[in-house]
Amino acid sequence: MSIILETTGLTMRFGGLAAVTDFSASIPKGSITGLIGPNGAGKTTCFNMITGFYRPTQGQVFFQGQELTGKSPHCVCRAGIARTFQNIRLFGHETALENVLIGAFVRQKTGWIQSVLMTPASRREENQLRDQAMELLDVVGLANIAQEKAKSLPYGAQRRLEIARALATQPSFLLLDEPAAGMNPQESLELMDFIRTIRTRFDLTILLIEHDMKVVMGVCEHMWVLDYGLTIAEGCPEAIQSNPKVIEAYLGEEYVRHA
Amino acid sequence: MNLATFIQHFLNSLTLGSLYALIAIGYTMVYGILRLINFAHSEIFMLGAYLVFWGITLFHLPWPLAIVASIILVAGMGIMVDRIAYRPLRDAPRISALISAIGVSFFLQNVAIVFFQAIPREVYRPEWLENPIIFHGVRVLPLTLFVPVLSLLLMLGLVYVVYHTKAGLGMRAISKDIETSYLMGVSVNQVIALTFGIGSALAAASGIMWALRYPQLQPIMGTIPGFKAFIAAVFGGIGSIQGAVIGGLTLGFIEIMTVAFFPDLAGYRDAFAFILLIAILLVKPTGLLGVKMEDKV
Amino acid sequence: MKNTTWLNLLLILCLGLFLWWADGTLDGYKIRVLNLIAINIILALSLNLIYGFTGMFSLGHAGFMAIGAYVCSILIMTPAQKETQFILQEAYFWVQNSHAPFIVAVVLGGLTAALFGVLIGIPLLRLGDDYLGIATLGFAEIIRIVANNIPRVTNGALGFKGIPDHANLWWTYGWCVLTLFLIVRILNSNTGNVFKAIRDDETAAKAMGINIFKMKLLSFSFGAFCAGVGGALLASLVNTIDPKMFIFIQTFNILMIVVTGGLGSVTGSILAGIGITVMLEWLRFVENPITIGSWTMAGIPGMRMVVFSLLLILVILFRREGIMGMREITWAGIARFMKRGKA
Repeated sequence: MSIILETTGLTMRFGGLAAVTDFSASIPKGSITGLIGPNGAGKTTCFNMITGFYRPTQGQVFFQGQELTGKSPHCVCRAGIARTFQNIRLFGHETALENVLIGAFVRQKTGWIQSVLMTPASRREENQLRDQAMELLDVVGLANIAQEKAKSLPYGAQRRLEIARALATQPSFLLLDEPAAGMNPQESLELMDFIRTIRTRFDLTILLIEHDMKVVMGVCEHMWVLDYGLTIAEGCPEAIQSNPKVIEAYLGEEYVRHA
Repeated sequence: MNLATFIQHFLNSLTLGSLYALIAIGYTMVYGILRLINFAHSEIFMLGAYLVFWGITLFHLPWPLAIVASIILVAGMGIMVDRIAYRPLRDAPRISALISAIGVSFFLQNVAIVFFQAIPREVYRPEWLENPIIFHGVRVLPLTLFVPVLSLLLMLGLVYVVYHTKAGLGMRAISKDIETSYLMGVSVNQVIALTFGIGSALAAASGIMWALRYPQLQPIMGTIPGFKAFIAAVFGGIGSIQGAVIGGLTLGFIEIMTVAFFPDLAGYRDAFAFILLIAILLVKPTGLLGVKMEDKV
Repeated sequence: MKNTTWLNLLLILCLGLFLWWADGTLDGYKIRVLNLIAINIILALSLNLIYGFTGMFSLGHAGFMAIGAYVCSILIMTPAQKETQFILQEAYFWVQNSHAPFIVAVVLGGLTAALFGVLIGIPLLRLGDDYLGIATLGFAEIIRIVANNIPRVTNGALGFKGIPDHANLWWTYGWCVLTLFLIVRILNSNTGNVFKAIRDDETAAKAMGINIFKMKLLSFSFGAFCAGVGGALLASLVNTIDPKMFIFIQTFNILMIVVTGGLGSVTGSILAGIGITVMLEWLRFVENPITIGSWTMAGIPGMRMVVFSLLLILVILFRREGIMGMREITWAGIARFMKRGKA
């Protein structure tokens, strides 16, 4: 399998504090990979370094053979990496449909001058984008509330809308930051299915941060475990479950309690 | 330029700089706590000056009493402004309070126009302040010496309050984290009121000295010094009292010295501050002594 | 064509008929107020685009207006007229001899303002919120101070008098409708969605691959263009300009319209533009002597702004979302309303 994303020795220091040290991962194309670890382990910091929100103190990010280190977030997205946020960041005053359309903007070819002049090309494209956006909303099951304001949607719908919006940027790589946060077991189960579905349907590679062990173990084929910014383990779910270091650092209480 | 003229310019810069610094402290304290540019501060400065001369001419108060009365009244006014126009907006988006502040500024300015009329008024100065002291060819007005010294005393008093009293501890706590301060039992609204009071009192003191130094009163007299002092606060690092003082002095020196050395630029004098502002925001947006706040993603 | 397009055209036709009627019947003062309404709507729409829709708190409008006003005035005054105006110092050759028809002058005024918008936007738009506000305010002040100090271009503190009064109802409302059209077109396109996205959440917008800086610059310079046009029309309407005319209060008035109308509402800006312009004119009576019978009360200077600023404070304290909030009056909305009325 070919590697789609590779990080080498990613390190992020804030002042003297090392949030992430030497994070090296290679993610095969088409896989679903998990990034787990206790609170404050540096998972979101890794996301922020990959997506260009933080410039890593050290290390590099390669995506499809192209170096992305230190590129600004919009360039990273343009290159084909999309993300969601831990604390849902939708465009609250816009409708669900508009949120998805905004995601599609990065792939839009006709510019604002053409929109103002109402050229046929621009009209055609905006209609096309609208259709595609509706399709995406349908995929996440929000087509019936396309005209609702994003901030008025229920929590679960907001999560799904955020994913739809990320998909609208036509990524080949999707980062999900705690997609199951605040969901009940039933919803989490549906989410797992959903993640697998979109992987196949949109030909994606997915990296997700998750606290919900059931989700991680159920959906991920491979995972990295962070603790205090250090990568303490990597491997398939079974290997991670039995890794003593992981059990000690993170799974410890939880796993024991479940067992 | 000979030494005597240079010393005169130096002292003038120091005077102007300390006046800016006194106003800047009020901006920086309020901004440090509420993240609000208190546009009304420049009107507080103006009112401080007006009230003194009102007290003297209308109520025939002796000088010291008029000054004290004006400072107290104006400090109360600063607190009122916060209470009426800013406190209801604490939970609103930050810009709402800023718009309210702009509104209050125009309101006070025009109330002053209604009461005092728009025409500039001469300020009567006591004789002992009129006669310049001549020392080895250096001609200085007593005020030029008096203003920096008095300003320094006021600033020392302020530093004492902020760093050695319980109220000061509250101020520092709120400026670090207002939410937690509530939880920790700091009486936030009282401390904020005190901050407005102190800031306004200092602005009034500055306004009074300003009116004596540049003997003229007019309702719009606060606008330009106000902007400049705010810029001084940004330059020094907003939220930092030391920064406000450094910023004020720097601006005073830049203005006087540039015009002294390049008289052709005199017409642009009021633009220096704004150029300095844009420059500092581009190079180091947090100002000289400011701390960078990380954007959380 | 869609129904709404016909309705919009019908509305413009009605406006046209109204203007034709007004032009023939109303007195000079009322026509002047009508002109001011159009100009204020242009200015409010442009500030609303920048602040209400894209979330950039800009206080530099007076600066852009000044640029538009000066460029336009220099171009529409004849060389002979300019000869008599420049008393302080002789005008530069290019100032003295450039001349252009009104429409070209207005467009160039707008374009120059847009150019300045780009120039100051590049360094300043990285700043957030109130810092951007104070920096743009600084820019406007610098423009004013520079205008005072380059007498060979601007005639210094004296400014220009007797600027040809080309601006009539047709021009001002023509520009007003055009501005409205352009801004609504942009806002209804996906570009408009992106502007709003930047306002709502800059971080998320970045993650969506949006080049924030480029889009902000677009919105800002477009707003600057409209402000420049507004300034140009104003110069020709009032016939006299000088640097003192473009003090902060100009920006304040427009901010007032935008906030009262509703940040992020085009129809709100139009309604407030009409209401506040009329009110500002009406309040002039407070400052003029009032005669009741044989008894005359002296006018109170400053009272107008006292009332006005008090109004702003009240709006922001008690109805922060303004008249319209982020809502719009649309044909569909009116239709719904009418139906409900019938039922």
